[in-house]
Amino acid sequence: MARRFLLEFEKPLVELENQIDQIRELARDSEVDVSQQLLQLETLAARRREEIFNALTPAQKIQVARHPQRPSTLDYIQMFCDDWVELHGDRNGTDDQALIGGLARIGEKSVLLIGQQKGRDTKENVARNFGMAKPGGYRKALRLMDHADRFNLPIICFIDTPGAYAGLIAEEQGQGEAIAVNLREMFRLKVPIIATVIGEGGSGGALGIGVADRLLMFEHSVYTVASPEACASILWRDAGKAPEAASALKITGPDLMKLGIVDEVLKEPSGGNNWAPLQAGDTLKNALEKHLSELLALSTSELRDNRYSKFRKMGKYLESQSIESEISV
Amino acid sequence: MSLFDWFADRRKGQFVGKVTQESEESDGLWEKCPECGQVVYRKDLIDNCSVCNNCGHHNRIDSKERIRLITDPNTFISINNHLTPVDPLGFKDRRAYADRLRESQASTGLKDGVLTGTCEVNSIPMALAVMDFRFMGGSMGSVVGEKITRLIEHSTKEKLPLLIVCASGGARMQEGMLSLMQMAKISGALERHRDAQLLYMPLLTHPTTGGVTASFAMLGDLILAEPKALIGFAGRRVIEQTLREKLPDNFQTAEYLQDHGFVDTIVPRTELKETLTKILRLHKTQEVKSRTNA
Repeated sequence: MARRFLLEFEKPLVELENQIDQIRELARDSEVDVSQQLLQLETLAARRREEIFNALTPAQKIQVARHPQRPSTLDYIQMFCDDWVELHGDRNGTDDQALIGGLARIGEKSVLLIGQQKGRDTKENVARNFGMAKPGGYRKALRLMDHADRFNLPIICFIDTPGAYAGLIAEEQGQGEAIAVNLREMFRLKVPIIATVIGEGGSGGALGIGVADRLLMFEHSVYTVASPEACASILWRDAGKAPEAASALKITGPDLMKLGIVDEVLKEPSGGNNWAPLQAGDTLKNALEKHLSELLALSTSELRDNRYSKFRKMGKYLESQSIESEISV
Repeated sequence: MSLFDWFADRRKGQFVGKVTQESEESDGLWEKCPECGQVVYRKDLIDNCSVCNNCGHHNRIDSKERIRLITDPNTFISINNHLTPVDPLGFKDRRAYADRLRESQASTGLKDGVLTGTCEVNSIPMALAVMDFRFMGGSMGSVVGEKITRLIEHSTKEKLPLLIVCASGGARMQEGMLSLMQMAKISGALERHRDAQLLYMPLLTHPTTGGVTASFAMLGDLILAEPKALIGFAGRRVIEQTLREKLPDNFQTAEYLQDHGFVDTIVPRTELKETLTKILRLHKTQEVKSRTNA
């Protein structure tokens, strides 16, 4: 436990945890029965943790969503996918390590799985480009989704990215075009698509694999139109206002469910998914299986029409009754 | 002359200068090119599609002016002009979104940042959307997304070719994720338009960035751009911060994009209508075919 990466607001728990560790150690050395005491302290710690995590602000949720030990795409694959075969490359000169994909079995069903992959440490993060895919990544994703379409495999997407990579090479290779084509083509696909925001959903980079029949989101995951840091420095002219921006932007699962964007918010263990990864894996697997069997019951045209009308409804505006005013040019 | 007098003189000089400048602007006779500094007669500038006669600089024009340049007189019929923006998140940064909206509406006379409708271009019918950069930087919120989607659906139904003139900083942050979802919504409508074998062309004008670039701006069958227009996914400053190196001078210009294969052709504004007509006519056989098939 000592090596666990602690977030600022988790610090009040540290003392309790240290106490628990100390007693455990004592118990190991001496033969004294401390189970009663331990149970008491552990219950207290669990309650405190639950209190803290039930009251997280959007800015704190971002920290949980970005937690270096939060289960990643590959972790979930390891937890509940059988027969995983990773497939590489966009057939156009690159194989992006920030956006991975492959074939797998979830329960009884063969699926195609794609997702952004961050690194655990600096070295791995450099290789994975911090989960920020380049155009080649989005083109690889589309190639694999087309494959799934041809072989009638449902598509499962795991979203976990600060955003699409912003850099010289990304612009040169057409980052905008790569994402745009995915948005359009995902409407064409004839197989079910389920996307889950497992960590951070960063703007267009997330949406580039996020046009789905169902969008699920973990309780402490966030999905943003622009990172609160960028938003604060543009609208507030002060990057320090990021926490305010995080609240104003409405980025949490419950908020996005109210806006009609997210279909289901998945409960996390108290302390977040990093605290009990296996439990998170079970939750996700069950949810995917449930939605998959619902979607597989639909005909191809129902599936595509539903997908279209789902996105068609998104947006809030006023439509005045009087058909008003031609614009004179 | 004392130092004090010198300062006073200087101040006076500046003051006088400013007044003349203002009077120039207010009587609207002369315009100074922001690129080459040439002073031109405003009427000449407008007659030349607001393109500088001297250096070819394309001055920004508003949506109505753009429509006038593209369409045959009195053929533009606007649709869905009764959609008005709301403040779905109750968003407030340094100022309230509602106030920003009211202010943009007052200064532009528009309800939101895009005009949509049908028109004729040298007698060829076409669906047309024109974004207006003056309205909150052309940002795309729910109304912009909905109007463009409805226009695409209309042109799919009526089997019309479609031109969208892009000018946008990207998604409108004040509407949060609803803005981001407009990218998907529009792309979905474009998929159906494409499936009906209809021609779609975006015209990328200065500037076209962010979420607009990552959706309908890059989904054209043919992609047109204005000379020197800034077109990109991420902001130059963001990239410079990540790279800590200098970027090429023509980085993210229309010419740069054409060199890298993302723009079909760069069209000077003075030739826009002519080029459009040519392209539309060249596709007309196709169009008639799909119309009779239906």
